[in-house]
Amino acid sequence: MSNDKKDAGAAYWSANLRLLTICLSIWFFCSYVLGIFLVDFMNKFMLGGYPLGFWFAQQGSMYTFLVLIVFYAVRMGQIDRKYGMEE
Amino acid sequence: MDLHTLTFVVVGFTFAVYIGIAIWARAGTTKDFYIAGGGIKSWQNGMATGADWMSAASFISMAGLIAFKGYDASVYLMGWTGGYVLLAMLLAPYLRKFGKFTVPEFIGDRFYSQGARLTAIGCLITASITYVIGQMKGIGVAFSRFLEVDFATGLFIGMGIVFIYAVLGGMKGITYTQIAQYVVLIFAYTVPAIFISLNLTDNILPQIGLGSTMADGSGTYMLDKLNETVIALGFNSYTQQQGSTMNMFMLTLSLMIGTAGLPHVIVRFFTVPKVADARSSAGWALFFIALLYTTAPAVGAMARYNLTNTIQTGEVGVIEANLEYSKRPDWFKNWEKTGLLKFEDKNGDGRIQYYNDKNKEFAARAESEWGWKGNEMVKIDRDIMVLANPEIAKLPNWVIALVAAGGLAAALSTAAGLLLAISSSISHDLLKGIFIKDISEKNELLAGRFAMTGAIAVAGYLGLHPPGFAAQVVALAFGLAASSIFPALMMGIFYKRSNNIGAVSGMLVGILSTLVYIFMYKGWFFIPGTASLPDNPANWLLGISPGAFGAFGAVLNFVTNYFVSNMTAPPPAHIQQLVEDIRVPKGAGEATGH
Repeated sequence: MSNDKKDAGAAYWSANLRLLTICLSIWFFCSYVLGIFLVDFMNKFMLGGYPLGFWFAQQGSMYTFLVLIVFYAVRMGQIDRKYGMEE
Repeated sequence: MDLHTLTFVVVGFTFAVYIGIAIWARAGTTKDFYIAGGGIKSWQNGMATGADWMSAASFISMAGLIAFKGYDASVYLMGWTGGYVLLAMLLAPYLRKFGKFTVPEFIGDRFYSQGARLTAIGCLITASITYVIGQMKGIGVAFSRFLEVDFATGLFIGMGIVFIYAVLGGMKGITYTQIAQYVVLIFAYTVPAIFISLNLTDNILPQIGLGSTMADGSGTYMLDKLNETVIALGFNSYTQQQGSTMNMFMLTLSLMIGTAGLPHVIVRFFTVPKVADARSSAGWALFFIALLYTTAPAVGAMARYNLTNTIQTGEVGVIEANLEYSKRPDWFKNWEKTGLLKFEDKNGDGRIQYYNDKNKEFAARAESEWGWKGNEMVKIDRDIMVLANPEIAKLPNWVIALVAAGGLAAALSTAAGLLLAISSSISHDLLKGIFIKDISEKNELLAGRFAMTGAIAVAGYLGLHPPGFAAQVVALAFGLAASSIFPALMMGIFYKRSNNIGAVSGMLVGILSTLVYIFMYKGWFFIPGTASLPDNPANWLLGISPGAFGAFGAVLNFVTNYFVSNMTAPPPAHIQQLVEDIRVPKGAGEATGH
């Protein structure tokens, strides 16, 4: 029984880490890559009157952050229940 | 009713509301004083975190920096929102599960050492005091304009009000007043932005307005028009990058991980009932913050456009196009009184020439063709832009009064939250936790209030000659939090092998390297005139500005913690068990102080 519990704990934790890796990769990509490193390239495209790189740096990255947190909270709630770890 | 009276009425009314709420919810026990009884809903918590978070730096200062730096100021936007992603995913749920009041308690228990606890307290106090210095600058700006006095007088009056305000309350008072403050400040920020966006672009949403065409029927995009306007006066393009990519990357990273390491934000997540609420609270907080942060780029850009066009009323080089000094608008005169806006008639023509005289080529042309003898707007403090914005755009008086109330709400709410974090570090963590274990509740509260008083005095003194604009000083505080607290918390949660010696040496290496780097360029202990090297890109190590060094300090902290931990004895079994335990939400009780 105690071993089962331990396995469930380990599986729960690695599911969490997997989700974290996905979310943080998107986090990094939309802000640092699109908004900073590739900004000159991105600015060749336009979104209305916004150069696209500029838009990611001053608007898009923030919208993405918000979606990411909501996604993580919902998905993590499901993982909690799947492994019986909810409060 | 004239503007001055109206401002007094609006500000007075909002203050009456805050104070009323503070008295209604007065803290009774020590627990109420620190964490508001633990029964706050996640959206309420998110809104209060928003007010707590959005300080003078966000409200008063940030859009001003955006206005003058354009794309390069994106670091503040991304940096101060992206940190919530880290907070929601890497820290908040685990710290909530751990279930104590403060960050040093977690570090002290996880690293089973009073030394670690003491180090964490030192780091927190250093970061928080630096943060309050930035707030004091903002408070000084807001009060000096509002009372029409010079900056120093405004600052002293502001200090007095912060003092009364923070000492009276405690967290519970603060949580409910902060909800009220959020409502005032977001209203005050977005209403003028909507007006100005409608004026300039016919678009009600500033976020869309900034990317659409001008309302003048020319079909030109707002940002293109702005670029054209500023480049015609020799300034840099608004949408193009000016600084180095390396510095932008490091500064953004520093602000993000600093966000996730600042005590007054983390402590918010101790107050929610469940672990799942800690995750969603971060989402709510970011939602309420993003309302302001996505509006700020439009506020900055449109303020710059209106300011430039007020002074340069027509084609560059035509004499009549430069505003006559004697015909300057009222807002100009009012800000001159504060000493934060200065004009000097260098060529003696009685008109204002505002252009970039550091652009050699343009300055030479301006001198030979038009007889301009240098930029005559010798001082435009970036921190006045948001407050001056509605006046520059000629909005109705009630909007201007509202912005003054919002600016004061932003500055006061954050200063109060931070002072509370400082006082709880000293009275709860330092005195009760380490030195006088049997201190009575009454004396603990008293010591907390003494600590607040001291912090206000120090921060006020240093705020008179701050090491930068409000948002820049605050950025330094984030660097300090980033280099010390965040890595220790991360290692504590995600790396079981990390031990007491590793954590202490990591935190010390992180914060000391960052402090020394900042002091070298900004003055030792921020005392004006004591800097060892001039603060400009040519002198910076690898082109990293003092504000951005925190990310580097954090890397040093992680590396030191990892290697030292592996070279010394592993943590005892019960600590490893504790780490297992905080990783799962199951079994979280209420936050306790013991």
